[in-house]
Amino acid sequence: MTLPLYDNGLLSGLFLGLLFGFALEAAGFGSPRRLTGQFLLRDWSVFKVMFTAVIVAALGLWLFQTLGWLGPGSYFVPGLLLYGTFFGGVLIGVGFMLGGYCPGTSAVGLASGRIDALVFMIGMVAGSAVYAAVFDWIRPFALATAGPGGWTLPQLFGVPDIVVIAALAVIAFLGWKLGTAMERRLGGPYRAEQILEDVDGLGTGGARMGGAERLHPAE
Amino acid sequence: MSAQPRPFWHPLAAGGLLGVALLLTFLITGHGLGASGFFARMAAWVSAQLAPGWAATNSYFAPFLQAGNPLSNWITWEVIGVVTGGFLGAVAAGRFRLGIERGPNLSTGSRLLFALVGGILVGFGARLAQGCTSGVGLSGAATLAVAGFVFLAGFFLAGFATALFTRRLWQ
Repeated sequence: MTLPLYDNGLLSGLFLGLLFGFALEAAGFGSPRRLTGQFLLRDWSVFKVMFTAVIVAALGLWLFQTLGWLGPGSYFVPGLLLYGTFFGGVLIGVGFMLGGYCPGTSAVGLASGRIDALVFMIGMVAGSAVYAAVFDWIRPFALATAGPGGWTLPQLFGVPDIVVIAALAVIAFLGWKLGTAMERRLGGPYRAEQILEDVDGLGTGGARMGGAERLHPAE
Repeated sequence: MSAQPRPFWHPLAAGGLLGVALLLTFLITGHGLGASGFFARMAAWVSAQLAPGWAATNSYFAPFLQAGNPLSNWITWEVIGVVTGGFLGAVAAGRFRLGIERGPNLSTGSRLLFALVGGILVGFGARLAQGCTSGVGLSGAATLAVAGFVFLAGFFLAGFATALFTRRLWQ
């Protein structure tokens, strides 16, 4: 049982971040139109990519533990906050729909050349500072916890991990089918060349000029 | 625009690679992927430059600052990696464009204002949830944490609800 390695050094961060950023960009998550297309029901990539990744990683964690290569309780499992987890998710959902990104995807947006992603990042730094400024007032509300630390669905339902993973796979499959059907109806998912038409170029003589509006007659 | 960008990956392929990256992160570091922690640390660092007296006594930032430079942390190296990996992928696939991405009905100024406001809400929300879509949503769900799914429920419900009023921002 030599895993995890608990390597939190520079190279570990750079290497894993590199993979993370490459995968997000390949998924098209550097684009706020593609990301927000999820909640407009036109582009279900967020749901599809996220559930696929969750199931792959959860299966891997289960397999490594079953083989005895990874100790139980050896890796971080976030605990449930009574209000913070849900309402934090709500604020991120609203901010994502207004601003077009979440924290990780804004980094990929910037990497893809999006100035709006940089502005979003400045907003996140400001929002974090606002939280720090009001932290003393909201502390009891913000830090109240629910359930045991590192509470998991298998503990909640009293079933083995693999049962929960299988249930997630069923949900992912059904959501995938529904999503693909809605994408077909609403003209999605966005293709890379459509996305790039909606980027106002800087110093390129205006890539958009006379282009995007006419190319999207249905919108 | 003469050069045609390469298509985005199939969600199964991109999600599979993302899942492998996430699994490797757990095996190597003992925790999942994240992002918002970097922006919180950046906020602590910026506050320490602009208002050192306030930052040093602020009950949320002080622990970050007492431990040394708040940016000297794995999450900083990871975010630098994310930007690098995203940049290499975007350039290699012809998907890099310097500019502002917006819906056809929105002016550039409005787009940037909404980006700023959205960022503020997300920055605050990520502190409240003690993580973001990557750290609590994606990584938490992979550990089958109740928190991961409660977070995702809030995120998706709010996203769909907000979309009812913000369609014009994007379409």
